[in-house]
Amino acid sequence: MNDTLLEVSGVSKSFDGFKAINNLSIQIAEPELRAVIGPNGAGKTTFMDIITGKTRPDSGHVVWGERNISLLGMSEADIANEGVGRKFQKPTVFEAQTVRQNLAMALKNPRGPLAVLLHRKTPSNAARIEGIAAEIGLTESLTRIAGELSHGQKQWLEIGMLLAQEPRLLLVDEPAAGMTVEEREKTTDILKRAAKTRAVVVVEHDMEFVRRLDCKVTVLHEGSVLAEGSLDHVTSNPKVIEVYLGRGHA
Amino acid sequence: MRKTFLSQNPSVMWFIAFLGLFTLAVAIGSEATGTGLISTSMVKTLGKTLCLCLIAIAMDVVWGYCGILSLGHFAFFGIGGYAIGMWLMYARTEGIVMTSLEGHVIPPTPQEVQDAIGNQIFGVVGSSDFPWLWAFSDSLFLQLLMVVIVPGLLALVFGWLAFRSRVTGVYLSILTQAMTLALSLWLFQNDSGLRGNNGLSGLQNIPGYEDTSQATTSLVFFMGSALALALGYILFAWVVSGKMGSVVQGIRDNEARVRFLGYRVERYKLFIFTLTAVIAGIAGALYYPQAGIINPAEIAPIASIYLAVWVAIGGRGRLYGAVIGAAFVSLLSSWFTGGGAPAINLGFYTILWTDWWLVLLGVSFVCVTLFFPKGIGGLFDYLVRKPS
Repeated sequence: MNDTLLEVSGVSKSFDGFKAINNLSIQIAEPELRAVIGPNGAGKTTFMDIITGKTRPDSGHVVWGERNISLLGMSEADIANEGVGRKFQKPTVFEAQTVRQNLAMALKNPRGPLAVLLHRKTPSNAARIEGIAAEIGLTESLTRIAGELSHGQKQWLEIGMLLAQEPRLLLVDEPAAGMTVEEREKTTDILKRAAKTRAVVVVEHDMEFVRRLDCKVTVLHEGSVLAEGSLDHVTSNPKVIEVYLGRGHA
Repeated sequence: MRKTFLSQNPSVMWFIAFLGLFTLAVAIGSEATGTGLISTSMVKTLGKTLCLCLIAIAMDVVWGYCGILSLGHFAFFGIGGYAIGMWLMYARTEGIVMTSLEGHVIPPTPQEVQDAIGNQIFGVVGSSDFPWLWAFSDSLFLQLLMVVIVPGLLALVFGWLAFRSRVTGVYLSILTQAMTLALSLWLFQNDSGLRGNNGLSGLQNIPGYEDTSQATTSLVFFMGSALALALGYILFAWVVSGKMGSVVQGIRDNEARVRFLGYRVERYKLFIFTLTAVIAGIAGALYYPQAGIINPAEIAPIASIYLAVWVAIGGRGRLYGAVIGAAFVSLLSSWFTGGGAPAINLGFYTILWTDWWLVLLGVSFVCVTLFFPKGIGGLFDYLVRKPS
């Protein structure tokens, strides 16, 4: 059976009195593909901020891995090195650098300044970069400046950078935003393949995209879990229809 | 490895070649070698300019590459100057005192010698005791060590406090301004132990080489500055290329992303900040023996702002841009303020460049920022087309 990789329990966080996250509990297994959906302001991004160490919750626990270590109080860099990779909503790649440089920076290697200063290119690193580039379909573009890539390609590059980190948990924020239909299909494939060996959590607005992912879905509403299960299961839930779908379709 | 480094950084070879030819030309033209085409004061000006180029490339690395707009790097430059100045002043004064005491029947005690030196150096601020700061001033080796250690340590502590608290952007710039202002105000005080606003003087006289002419001394310092600039250029080109360069430029462009990749951004910033501070200190230690005098006004906040202006005009994010900016603007500045530029008579008003140079510089800075963000160095992009 799958092991629990990440356990978020009873987490709350409020900003100036507004409860962004309210007693939220979620478990993620390894490997697993999970979609997190919810209307605007449901707390999806704050949820990711808390796991990755950008935001400290007011209360609750975030427990990670076999050794049950707490991610709270760890720096962003430490959490990333524990194996949590994060993809931002807007594609954030280093636009002034080439695709290869972007991937090389993300590649799992010692992260200290001295190790980086004395770093030398090795055939094995080059092979890893080639492998990831093939995975995300950017083999032809390795020497291009990342700023020149199309929107979709930047999104894939960022996913590739995440894969290069070799994380155990991938947090992906709205990967399909602004993509064409073909680009979406390709993105779905990449994420599904990635989820075979690791945990992947996709935060998404787009129901069609979630349907294509074909995985367990968690619905967030007002900072806590409203429903969990297959997409058909949660979309038939009257509460979900009311808060999520109801607005547009009522 | 070396082959790939040079092939990835073609500007290094061009720069070293140009600098070598320039040094050779000045050496041949100098009074020291007899041709006398270039006056000794010009050799000094050029040597000082090379030191300014060295601190400018340090500024470019910390600002242009790492995105930290430090407006305090001249403090490190000044500290380097003071550190070497202390030995120069002590050793020279010691020589003078020993000569004057030579004729005495009873040999002076070491205490008497110390008092005499102290009197000579600190009489100007009404004191004759050696402050603790001067504990190592009799040792060239230790003071040379101070050139590196004091700026490095100051940058390390300051940077650690600032970066750890995630002070960034304009707030960090203000903090660095405060640092250099505080240092300069402290040095202005007579009881700081560094002769207050008198500063350290007579630094152009090198103890032990009293019989060497200034023409020769200035040429030696000029060549030393050229060597330091060449080595500094290679060092920084190495640091900002390769994976270190990727991470450092990543921090400039998107600090949060680098952090989520698992890099401890603070350590990288601290490394760059401290390394550039050390190089700035070395540049200062080479500059002030050529200038002959250092006083607290040298490290006033405006000096560090000029440094940023040079780098911006020369072109950020390219080392040769910083060199061009520093050389071009500082030489132009001495031409304008030194009365080299002819006054323009408009009939109703006469433009005196000593008054209007700063306005011209300010307008150029604004224009470069608005219309040529790549600076003068950006012109090279039109000359060199990268093979795609």
